Amino acid sequence: MSATTHDETHAHGDAHEHHDHGPAKGFMRWVTTTNHKDIGTLYLITGLIMFFVGGAMALVIRAELFEPGLQYVDPHFFNQMTTLHALIMVFGAVMPAFAGLANWMIPMMIGAPDMALPRMNNWSFWLLPFSFVMLASTLFMDGGAAAAGWTLYPPLVLQTGNALPFTVFTVHMLGMSSIMAAINIIVTVFNMRAPGMTMMKLPLFVWTWVITAFLLIAVMPVFAGAVTMLLTDKFFGTSFFNAAGGGDPVLYQHLFWFFGHPEVYILILPSFGIISSIIPTFSRKPLFGYSSMVYATAAIGFLSFIVWAHHQYTVGMPIAGELYFTYATMLIAVPTGVKVFNWLATMWRGAMTFETPMLFAIAFVVLFTMGGFTGVMMSISPADLQYHDTYFIVAHFHYVLVPGAVFALFAATYYWLPKWTGHMYDERLGQLHFWLTTISVNICFFPQHFVGLAGMPRRIPDYAVQFAEFNALSSVGAFVFGFSQLIFAYVIYKAIKGGVKASSEVWEGAEAHGLEWHLPSPPPYHTWTEAPAQEIISDLH
Amino acid sequence: MDIKELQKANARLVWRIVAIALLMFGLGFAIAPYYDAVCNYFGISGRVKEASTEQVYQVDQSRNITLEFVTVVNGQMPLRFRAETGKLQIHPGQYYTVNFYAENTSDKKLTGRAIPSISPAWSSSYLKKAECFCFSEQEFEPHKERKLPVRFVVDPTIQADTKEMTLSYTFFDITEKTPTIKN
Repeated sequence: MSATTHDETHAHGDAHEHHDHGPAKGFMRWVTTTNHKDIGTLYLITGLIMFFVGGAMALVIRAELFEPGLQYVDPHFFNQMTTLHALIMVFGAVMPAFAGLANWMIPMMIGAPDMALPRMNNWSFWLLPFSFVMLASTLFMDGGAAAAGWTLYPPLVLQTGNALPFTVFTVHMLGMSSIMAAINIIVTVFNMRAPGMTMMKLPLFVWTWVITAFLLIAVMPVFAGAVTMLLTDKFFGTSFFNAAGGGDPVLYQHLFWFFGHPEVYILILPSFGIISSIIPTFSRKPLFGYSSMVYATAAIGFLSFIVWAHHQYTVGMPIAGELYFTYATMLIAVPTGVKVFNWLATMWRGAMTFETPMLFAIAFVVLFTMGGFTGVMMSISPADLQYHDTYFIVAHFHYVLVPGAVFALFAATYYWLPKWTGHMYDERLGQLHFWLTTISVNICFFPQHFVGLAGMPRRIPDYAVQFAEFNALSSVGAFVFGFSQLIFAYVIYKAIKGGVKASSEVWEGAEAHGLEWHLPSPPPYHTWTEAPAQEIISDLH
Repeated sequence: MDIKELQKANARLVWRIVAIALLMFGLGFAIAPYYDAVCNYFGISGRVKEASTEQVYQVDQSRNITLEFVTVVNGQMPLRFRAETGKLQIHPGQYYTVNFYAENTSDKKLTGRAIPSISPAWSSSYLKKAECFCFSEQEFEPHKERKLPVRFVVDPTIQADTKEMTLSYTFFDITEKTPTIKN
């Protein structure tokens, strides 16, 4: 009880203390901050750093695959690279970057002074750097890091040396961090909206994040449970997945994918929200079919829970299971199609301009849809027997995650960077970054469809010589893609340092698309300490 | 809403969400026995029930099913494990005994456990065993061979177009750690 009272008085104190002056100075500002903008910045920078770390690992993979045969790394290290590349990109780059955007934008978009639980916010961020140091340290342990793919399937993963418990604890910590972030977002959106900001007035970015947050809360604990079972199987003699003790490794696959399928939507739903913010601004039209967008997002969220075993078609499911998961998976194409057509309809006869955020948004719509189509191909269980565990699936999920989630993050960064820094970014460099990235991402991943269909297995450091040309091409694309991202980092650095002053609206007519464009650029340390005026909210569309 | 009310409302919502998270964590564990039960009930995942008492069936002489035997030793266990025959022509409803042999090729005493699996998976519930060495702990003296008989019958209600079935045993080394068997 006393703790609560203390908190309350402190919360009061905070509001008065900081009202008129900015943040504390120096390093401790970032350690102790409870400000949503600071924490958002920390998340975004972490995401960018981990993007380069995970990207370097991807380049190790692509360097090894440049030619058939073994050149640079031994197979065990190659497998560690595929595992860590995936874990770092998913949990270290994309998820923190989305959490950073949520922290920065959600309070500004809904007219709230901050997140609902600022201290928990600080904690949920600061768990991340420690988790990733721990995960990276497994590379130097006896037996090396986990080398079983991001899925960590037993019995293979149980052969990991000393790194297994550290990998498992990393997953626990990342899980706690994202659950706390999710709690914060739900509470903020449910309880902190400005008067007049009804649920059906929320920007789609906020809506998609609310649904993402619910997915996180429902599935991260299941994953935490599954990896805990790995741990007890290995060290405490339980037999959850140990066939010798009457367990079944297939159970792990079910648990993992019950988490894993919603997880891939956790990685894409906020992108949908970002794209739904950007396309209307640069088409100078309201978003087409707002409420259908909300319902489609909710439908995708629901469907994500009932389709998990389409990742396991080759595991020996009964035919009824194969049929059910085939049809249920195909259903997802319906709400996703609703979204894609709504974006197209938004652009239809709009007064479009093609600044960097819009370019990335349009590339997202095209390339994500391609990734979606290969997804529908794989939903067909008899056809999936050919695609399973080949480079075709690698091409598929990289199409939905790189020109999907990552392009949405690029778009979001270019879109809101002038708001965050108060300076316009360098449009010329932004366009260069866009074209290099878009061309190279296709050179990298498109050939993988063909080698996959021809039967090249994934997660293998060597391959048959007939795949050599396409793999060389793919590696060239990967390296161009990787080094193009240095331009992105430089553009951000340059905009932070200075540049043309951005107006509060930044983009022509943006004021009509969200509350954040009614704040100065950069916004003051504390915003919406007084709720935005009713007329502003009712004029939004 | 004043700040006190807001904090109360926030706390209420936080605890509700935390409850969902804890529930889902528990659900992951609760699913383990449920998964076993479902697999056993529907006979999916190639599950085989432990041996039960002999039941008498009408022997169907008109039908032949080829039953193949597969023996696998998991990991590095020093065990030579084989069936006396690779395959057997059987009539549904009739009892057969097939001997398996396992020889410890090391100088140390071994404890093993054999886990059966039947494919196609759906047919597993039709193969009934009256005697089996599976699931229970088997001890092997150094350089000694043991005979491990299996007595079984294929339920004549198995669908008429069944031509082949495979019964596979995998021996796991449990000398070092003896995991307790579930159910």
